[in-house]
Amino acid sequence: MRKLIKASHVVEDSWQPMDADTANPGRQQILSLDQWLRLADKSGRAVMLEPGQAPAPLFDHLERIPLIAINFPEFTDGRGFSYGRELRERGFAGELRACGHFIRDQMSYLARCGFDAFQLADESLLAEALASLQDFSEHYQAAIDQPLPLFRRRG
Amino acid sequence: MYVYDQYDQTIVDQRVEQYRDQTRRYLAGKVPEAEFRPLRLQNGLYIQRLAPMLRIAVPYGMLSSRQLRKLAVISREFDKGYAHISTRQNVQLNWPRIEEVPDILAELASVQMHAIQTSGNCIRNTTTDQYAGVATDELEDPRPWCEIIRQWSTLHPEFAFLPRKFKIAVCGSSQDRAAIHAHDIGIELLANASGEVGFRILAGGGLGRTPVIGSIVCDWLEKKHLLTYLEAILRVYNLNGRRDNKYKARIKILVKAMGVDAFREAVEQEWALVKDGPTTLTEAEMMRAKSFFTEPAYVAFDDATARAGLAEKCGADPIFGNWVKRNTVDHRVSGYRIVNLSLKATGFAPGDITDTQLELVADLADQYSFGECRTTHQQNMVLADVQMEQLYPLWQQLQKAGLATPNHGYLTDMICCPGGDYCSLANAKSIPVAEAIQARFDDLDYLYDLGPIELNISGCMNACGHHHIGHIGILGVDKKGEEFYQVCLGGSQAKDASIGKILGPSFSQDDMPSVIDKLLSTYLDLREGEEIFLETYRRVGIEPFKERVYEKAD
Repeated sequence: MRKLIKASHVVEDSWQPMDADTANPGRQQILSLDQWLRLADKSGRAVMLEPGQAPAPLFDHLERIPLIAINFPEFTDGRGFSYGRELRERGFAGELRACGHFIRDQMSYLARCGFDAFQLADESLLAEALASLQDFSEHYQAAIDQPLPLFRRRG
Repeated sequence: MYVYDQYDQTIVDQRVEQYRDQTRRYLAGKVPEAEFRPLRLQNGLYIQRLAPMLRIAVPYGMLSSRQLRKLAVISREFDKGYAHISTRQNVQLNWPRIEEVPDILAELASVQMHAIQTSGNCIRNTTTDQYAGVATDELEDPRPWCEIIRQWSTLHPEFAFLPRKFKIAVCGSSQDRAAIHAHDIGIELLANASGEVGFRILAGGGLGRTPVIGSIVCDWLEKKHLLTYLEAILRVYNLNGRRDNKYKARIKILVKAMGVDAFREAVEQEWALVKDGPTTLTEAEMMRAKSFFTEPAYVAFDDATARAGLAEKCGADPIFGNWVKRNTVDHRVSGYRIVNLSLKATGFAPGDITDTQLELVADLADQYSFGECRTTHQQNMVLADVQMEQLYPLWQQLQKAGLATPNHGYLTDMICCPGGDYCSLANAKSIPVAEAIQARFDDLDYLYDLGPIELNISGCMNACGHHHIGHIGILGVDKKGEEFYQVCLGGSQAKDASIGKILGPSFSQDDMPSVIDKLLSTYLDLREGEEIFLETYRRVGIEPFKERVYEKAD
């Protein structure tokens, strides 16, 4: 079983990796957006977005989706940061997972954008990477982790 | 100026520690070069041709004397004893060692400075008018708004990996000294029909490979909505800006591709989601930001008496008088002048300043200008609040230090990027071209006769030297491994902003002074009355200049 960081702990992944080519993905398998769109019964099914796949088609189903994974094929493509925030801003309460080739030094930003699970491409780095979630204790902007900007909280 | 509280200090200190750990992991071989690159860039560190270059943020150009002294010490202890003022009002060190950069950043943090987001595909240092708060043509001081934007953009979690770099400038005066039309977002303080001051928002301006003048996306925005509106623009850009080609990745390309109306509509849609939300500015926050930019303890002077006193001194010492005329500017308050320190002495790279000069400027700021100093996007420095009666002793000290060249706004006060001598992006050297032009045109009377001319030099298409918006622009190009220079005419960074037009085939470095000479003599032959170079150019067009420069020698 693959490992990932979830709620600031290294845990085993209860989901199976995506297989975009299969016609019959299992219930515990993460689906590509195409696979997910084709499903008649979407409840309880997890889906992965790629850069360029805006999350809008998911908006009407957020209550029934347990996991949305956002893939970062290249860590320099920052669209996923906005996708995460858009999903959380519309009330998505399930697991929001970063996967692919993001780097640990992006995790504090990703967490602020609503991500609560991090599946680094290299599993062996997970334990060390936990520290990056603690890089900052204070922030200027409102975001998902802190809905008030600093200027509304300054003592 | 703005003073950190424990929150600001915590954020900057934690950033230093984060980067220290990143550097440690990189040097230990645990972070691949490609992954370290954006991390170091977002802390201001470039790897250059000869050595790394560290770009230190000077938020909207404001520096205290304490910060100047720290910059002097850093440039002495960690570098070769000089620093460079960039066209984004920042300070650049050319020879720091990668392993020492975390220590430099810690030194900076001890005086409330940092190098956050001075490079990389993120929101860069917000720039403004170097005369903010003291200009006679100012509607409102732009600096509180710059500081509000600085805080919002600093370590913004959603916008740290944009398609490309992103630059914002704010202007609060009737003359635009911040080049807002040439920025990704340009913000202009403006009164609406009922007299309330708000913002006009431009987007999609920029220089680089495809120079574009910004388009108006919002005619007038109520002040409290500033950050939510910026957030909406940035989200539209982050989601839709091109990422397949770095030369087409700036927001200007997106605005052009969508059309400004569709772009505005997309922004309005995003804005509707965040408008009136928690990021809406509170009255208290706007007041807090303004409270750092209140009037210093000016002495009351009678305007006429002060001016008469100054005129007398100018008459008694014409060299001083000339410097006052050329390098000082009217101040909002009676009895005061704004003083431009020229970093454009002949024989020195434009914008360079030594450690001892930095220390002197710190002392002079303490002595004559409430302990504050500014950097300008024309790569000079400003002491903004000098009493007229203290101009003479100030000038004497500036002259000794080589900071009183009376060329402010004239040909030799040129903007020039570091170019091929330092920068690994450059196609050609720019400093030797600047120096050759300075040496050729060092006759002050001739310069004054030419009148105000903006000459801007970039060593490559990235246009750090803003060549497109110089009245005369020079661009270094590479032709089969040889350095050549293309000339453009008619650019302007003012409110009537325009992009310069290419004159024709490029020239060798040796030819440049005589090319400039031909352009200038064409202007002198054709000018009518008091026309400045740009006005003559706009009246007669490019042809007469072209003919003169490319005519065959008999």
